Amino acid sequence: MWEYAPAPESRDIANLKPSYKMFVDGKFVEGTGEPLKTINPATEEVLAEVSTASQSDVDTAVKAARKAYDRVWSKMPGSERAKYIYRIARQIQERGRELAVLESLDNGKPIKESRDTDIPTAASHFFYHAGWADKLGYAGYGPDPKPLGVAGQVIPWNFPLLMAAWKIAPALACGNTVVLKPAETTPLTALVLADIIQQCDLPPGVVNIIPGAGDVGAALVEHADVNKVAFTGSTDVGKIIQGQLAGTSKKLTLELGGKAANIVFDDAPLDQAVEGIVNGIFFNQGHVCCAGSRLLVQESIADELIEKLHARVNTLRVGDPLDKNTDVGAINSREQLTKIKELTAAGEAEGATRWTSSCPLPDKGFFFAPTVFSDVSQAMRIAREEIFGPVLSVLTFRTPEEAVAKANNTPYGLSAGVWTEKGSRILWMAQRMRAGVVWSNTFNRFDPTAPFGGYQESGFGREGGRTGLEAYLDV
Amino acid sequence: MSDRLTVAKTYKLYIGGKFPRSESGRSYPVTDAKGTFLANAAQGSRKDARDAVTAARKAFAGWSGTTAYNRGQVLYRVAEVLEGRREQFIAEVASSEGVQAKKAQSLVDTAIDRWVWYAGWTDKIAAVLGSSNPVAGPYFSFSTPEPTGVVAVLAPQQSSLLGLISVIAPVIASGNTCVVITSQDRPLPAITLSEVLATSDVPGGVVNIITGRTAEIAPWLASHGDVNALDLTGAPESIRADLERSAAGTVKRVLRNKPSEDFTVTPDMSRLRAYLETKTVWHPMGV
Repeated sequence: MWEYAPAPESRDIANLKPSYKMFVDGKFVEGTGEPLKTINPATEEVLAEVSTASQSDVDTAVKAARKAYDRVWSKMPGSERAKYIYRIARQIQERGRELAVLESLDNGKPIKESRDTDIPTAASHFFYHAGWADKLGYAGYGPDPKPLGVAGQVIPWNFPLLMAAWKIAPALACGNTVVLKPAETTPLTALVLADIIQQCDLPPGVVNIIPGAGDVGAALVEHADVNKVAFTGSTDVGKIIQGQLAGTSKKLTLELGGKAANIVFDDAPLDQAVEGIVNGIFFNQGHVCCAGSRLLVQESIADELIEKLHARVNTLRVGDPLDKNTDVGAINSREQLTKIKELTAAGEAEGATRWTSSCPLPDKGFFFAPTVFSDVSQAMRIAREEIFGPVLSVLTFRTPEEAVAKANNTPYGLSAGVWTEKGSRILWMAQRMRAGVVWSNTFNRFDPTAPFGGYQESGFGREGGRTGLEAYLDV
Repeated sequence: MSDRLTVAKTYKLYIGGKFPRSESGRSYPVTDAKGTFLANAAQGSRKDARDAVTAARKAFAGWSGTTAYNRGQVLYRVAEVLEGRREQFIAEVASSEGVQAKKAQSLVDTAIDRWVWYAGWTDKIAAVLGSSNPVAGPYFSFSTPEPTGVVAVLAPQQSSLLGLISVIAPVIASGNTCVVITSQDRPLPAITLSEVLATSDVPGGVVNIITGRTAEIAPWLASHGDVNALDLTGAPESIRADLERSAAGTVKRVLRNKPSEDFTVTPDMSRLRAYLETKTVWHPMGV
């Protein structure tokens, strides 16, 4: 294995402050909830204290959003809304380095991922949607589609800024105002986004950001004056939210969990496939709802592929998220690490063969060595449940029909991968995957122009593209 | 008037292309708007609903796998057969809904035209709702609408044929299959529609029609693990929220259209969109 000298990015770039306030009605204010301490999962040190919203703060934020909607944002010409959103896109680009380092500090993801994926894609979502604001009549929802009103948005900790962008950009472009709750363990970049929004001079109340735990999210989605709820997170919580909204007129979109099959046929270019498999499951420590967590490999090449895979995974560098050479960073929280350990223990107990990378792990912080289970059967928990960590389960198949049946044998349906040199087989497989995104001979590609979202219990509604606008329009 | 005794029709369920009685052995009297007895309809049960879901699931792969052109022809064929039964539908709608013949005629004509409208959509949906995505990288990315799966439809209680057709046609036009609970008190046009479907080229199981008490059967469909979407249009107000809560248990797509929906108005694409998933496919470009 290659030796690399440490190449850490400076944490000073993050402009970390000792405390952060919530952002309501255009101002940073102390929340009246119990403040939370957000930690660096790579070191377990406290990064900052963050004020959180109480029930009454949620109400204040929704009122601010309502006022901004009624008086300003819904009346503003789309061309003016567009320019505000473009401003946000540009400022994210300008402060990209700061945001990337802060994201890696707060989330634990490798700096190369926050720098090259999270932050640029967040900026591109604002840039893309800005252009829609004055062209909604061309989106296919009638000549003059109307916004919904106040959007209550709850996002997860795996892509903190990127998820905020996915939620806020289309909402604003369509003319809604926003109250967003970032995840409890990763509130910081959303609050820097609030700073950007303030500097962009958005009218007060158009975007409100209220940190807190699940109870704040629950209060937000249940608030009587919220017209639209968008949630990205676990399927369990998604079901609760859908149940809470029963009988209301609130529009709901859910982007939930997954257990994607990544299918490799015997004619696939194996070295490329191995790269794709590694990207599919170890990108962002596997904290990805669309991660390729079930590898389905054609039986005739299984041994060869698994051997290559082990060799490649062994070269992944696990460690300091701020080091530019790091491939796999820290698990986001102790709670998540516990869940990963529990599920991998279940994998062993149920008879799967466990292989773990020999890479050294740091002494402190939440880390988990990349792990590959082979001899996995469909009934095992590691083949059915979302692990949300750097753990791959390998199953085999013989025929394309069997691959389809196994891939679709899940209540989820967010994504799938297909690796083969045969074009007709790619299209045949893509047609049969009951999943919202199918990556063929690639994996984990995201773009604001490409609709993203799930089938079945992976949720409903799409984010991105013309299709994604429907979630924020009264159509 | 002839003094010949007419042959009275037995109205049954329509499941998997067959016409069974309710497995529960129950039936209930159906009257016209004035209360005169018309027929006994089968009173569908939980078991009937589950059988219907099984039939709909079995039919899904075939129906969603046919070409859009073929589905369009099959649905257009249904309109042809509907037209041939026009007089029967006018009589049934008039008696069910208590409207004059002229009004019934207009409702039936609109219903047939509505079916033709949706039949014409089958091979246009992907062009209108799909996209080629100009992603920022060397990839070909495209998105296509695909049917959600098995849809449970609670048909409107008032509009016995036009409403019924307006809620079924958009479900199957895009390749979904469905289980329909008919109007509780006005089920007869729905049964006649099932005879039309059975004698058109619609494969058995694509549309399954159950008569009976909506409030009794709907909860089993709302909670059913193999149902992907639920149309609440004909749900009694008192159970709408409960049905939605049950539907959340498997993250069903729920269409919350109100019972007051006016079906005489020309529809837009919203009922088609309600039962569509968008699938985005990526592939690298290179030599």
